[in-house]
Amino acid sequence: MEFDALMLSRIQFAFTIAFHIIFPAFTIGLASWLMALEFNWLRTGNPLYRNLFRFWVKVFAVSFGLGVVSGIVMSYQFGTNWSRFSEFTGNVLGPVIAYEVFTAFFLEAAFLGIMLFGWERVGDRLHFFATCMVALGTLLSAFWILSANSWMQTPDGFAIENGKAVPVDWFKVVFNPSFPLRYAHMVLGCYLTTAFAVAGMSAWMLLRHPHDAPEAKLVGARRSMSMALWFAAIFVPIQIIIGDLHGLGVLKYQPTKLAAIEGNWDRMANMPLRLFAIPDEEAETNHYEIAIPKIGSWVLTHAFDGVVPGLKEVPPDERPPVWPVFFSFRIMVGLGFAMLGLGLWSLYMRWRGTLFSNRLFLTATMIMTPSGFGAILFGWFTAEIGRQPYVVYGHLRTADAVSPITAGAVTASLATFVVVYAFVFGFGSYYLAKLLRRGPDPVEDIRGDDLGKKPKRPFSVPDEGLEGRPGHRAQPAE
Amino acid sequence: MFGFGTEYEGLAFWLPLIWAALIAVAIAMYVIVDGFDLGVGILFRAAGHENWRDRMMFSVAPIWDGNETWLILGGGGLFAVFHVAYAILMPALYVPIILMLIALIFRGVAFEFRFKSERSKFLWDYAFHFGSLIATFAQGIVLGAFIQGFSNDGRQFTGGTWDFLTPFSLLTGVSLIFGYGLLGATWCVMKTTGELEIWARRMAVRFLIGTIIAMAIVSIWVPFLERHIEARWFSWPNIAFLAPIPLVTAYTAYRLFRDLEEGRHVRPFFLAIGLFLLGYLGLGISLFPYNVPPALTVWQTANTVDSQLFALVGFGIAMPMTFAYTAYAYYVFRGKVAEEIRGGGYGLH
Repeated sequence: MEFDALMLSRIQFAFTIAFHIIFPAFTIGLASWLMALEFNWLRTGNPLYRNLFRFWVKVFAVSFGLGVVSGIVMSYQFGTNWSRFSEFTGNVLGPVIAYEVFTAFFLEAAFLGIMLFGWERVGDRLHFFATCMVALGTLLSAFWILSANSWMQTPDGFAIENGKAVPVDWFKVVFNPSFPLRYAHMVLGCYLTTAFAVAGMSAWMLLRHPHDAPEAKLVGARRSMSMALWFAAIFVPIQIIIGDLHGLGVLKYQPTKLAAIEGNWDRMANMPLRLFAIPDEEAETNHYEIAIPKIGSWVLTHAFDGVVPGLKEVPPDERPPVWPVFFSFRIMVGLGFAMLGLGLWSLYMRWRGTLFSNRLFLTATMIMTPSGFGAILFGWFTAEIGRQPYVVYGHLRTADAVSPITAGAVTASLATFVVVYAFVFGFGSYYLAKLLRRGPDPVEDIRGDDLGKKPKRPFSVPDEGLEGRPGHRAQPAE
Repeated sequence: MFGFGTEYEGLAFWLPLIWAALIAVAIAMYVIVDGFDLGVGILFRAAGHENWRDRMMFSVAPIWDGNETWLILGGGGLFAVFHVAYAILMPALYVPIILMLIALIFRGVAFEFRFKSERSKFLWDYAFHFGSLIATFAQGIVLGAFIQGFSNDGRQFTGGTWDFLTPFSLLTGVSLIFGYGLLGATWCVMKTTGELEIWARRMAVRFLIGTIIAMAIVSIWVPFLERHIEARWFSWPNIAFLAPIPLVTAYTAYRLFRDLEEGRHVRPFFLAIGLFLLGYLGLGISLFPYNVPPALTVWQTANTVDSQLFALVGFGIAMPMTFAYTAYAYYVFRGKVAEEIRGGGYGLH
């Protein structure tokens, strides 16, 4: 491996985008989570939901800020480090990425200010509208950027003129073959990431307090964990099905990537499902293989004797590095099944009535806090490394995409990014931990749903639910 | 147009011009809106009291994020419609762009971290100030390097890593610090009260003097960088049409100075914006129609007609709405910032 501008730029891009994706993945889910909390607050008037909104919106703000600043880096890196990629794809991907800015970034940014600071200025309804717009912005942003990424995986709707891609059919460009399922898989992945993070952080807050602590202190964490685990229990199975369908698309459009994922060297029917192996690129074989016969073909083609492509069908210089793809994929799937397991366990705990008291379960939930982030990162490693040696699959090699820059300049920038991101990430985690340690504000007045077993506060007036609603204009500003 | 781009016809002629105008507007928007909030950061360390710093920061906290989005539109817009320019400019400006991005990270996270910190608050004071200062300086260098031009083969940059670094680009770097500082100071005059406002007025005058000197030196220097720029400004009849620009600039600066003295609140900020736009117009006149100076025009660097048209449809639908809700966000947070920032200054935090 030679550390030239190409290799260093690849490392820099991988590092900065892997760092970046953590935050949008979290905020896409959190924005919708906040929308749900605020909706429940407006619907029921139960101050529990307002307090939860106010708590989780702080977590959202930290994570969104980190997402914005690391995202600006991405929008310039296409040019600074990958100018030949920009030249080749500009006619096609330029407008797609511009649509993300037009439709998503401004929407998020403008309404974020109102969502964070404007409640007492705009009132309940407009504030809820702002929250909805932020959530919509995150989903639109994911739409366009995943469309652009999918085009690089399964390019469509274009022609090549003068050594550059030019658009022919915009609908096919945007809705290229791998886009719809990739979008579904990623958005659901973000939602699940948030669900497991919220559940895990709430479990931690519960574990920190004795079980008989005042209800008011625990109710926020309990309600958050309960909602998040309902979501997880329902949607992890759906995500596994979407992931499987997405895999069928890879089989069809990116057979070499699929062969690397499966560690499959020879084209074959009745392919076994390889649970573990050490792929050997020199000898073009696997060592220490542990596999279940025929199941691999069944998973991919839904028939035991289905034919699966092999790596040897293409020359070595058109194959991706095998072992990172092979292992990344297995880590992602492993995390997915661990998430499924926790979801099922939570259902059992609910049935037993010990969801909030079983310390083993709470500890497991806490340990699973970063599981979604892990699954997303390893999923993207699989997708992006599996596409190599191409950056635009079948059309532009990564080696031909790099800018005419010097290794020295990229070494300096890469080192700076690593140091700065470590510093910023360290402090971000520290402040996040501080927020979690404090937890949501205690709720004195619990009612309006199944958690409302406590008596109302003495002498409460009938419309007390309105008291302290920050948007209520009759109230003094907080 | 003006004898340029005559070999292009119909949409191939008009679309690059329309897009050049739109991106020029986007960059102007960026320079104004992020200019004042970077400017607040430039003044930040000089503000003597923690309460002053809280109020200054709070005056931009709800809107900085939207302001910085214009920067993404600048970069994204260039990629979207002038991808050749993007592909040449970005590697050529590698060092200042990366420097700017890193600086923006520090000042961006400072908004979130500062209000959540106690003992480490001073750290984010530094991050906000130096992040703003260095980002501004880097942007000024980018501007200077852009005016000087880039060696290229029509598709890719062919120069060296440090080509951007010249006395001229260092001058524009420093100039922009004065300029953004002026915007930031007049913003503070508009958004704050009491002693902080009086202090901001004093700072505004100082930065105004710096801005005027910087504009004068740059204006004298630019025409002599390139023969055609000199010819454009000083040949007849151009000089008759263009002479009003420096005169109006001088009057605006004078009016701004008087307004600050007379204790006006809002107008100084808008006059400072006017000063910026006049300087911007001057640069536009010097550089048109090149977007990779000194040789590549907007037509040569543009995407295919189809690609520009598709982007224009999205721009046409989305951007009017963007202007509307951005204006609304500013309207929501209108008026002066409270003197006591409670609970870390956040409504919800």
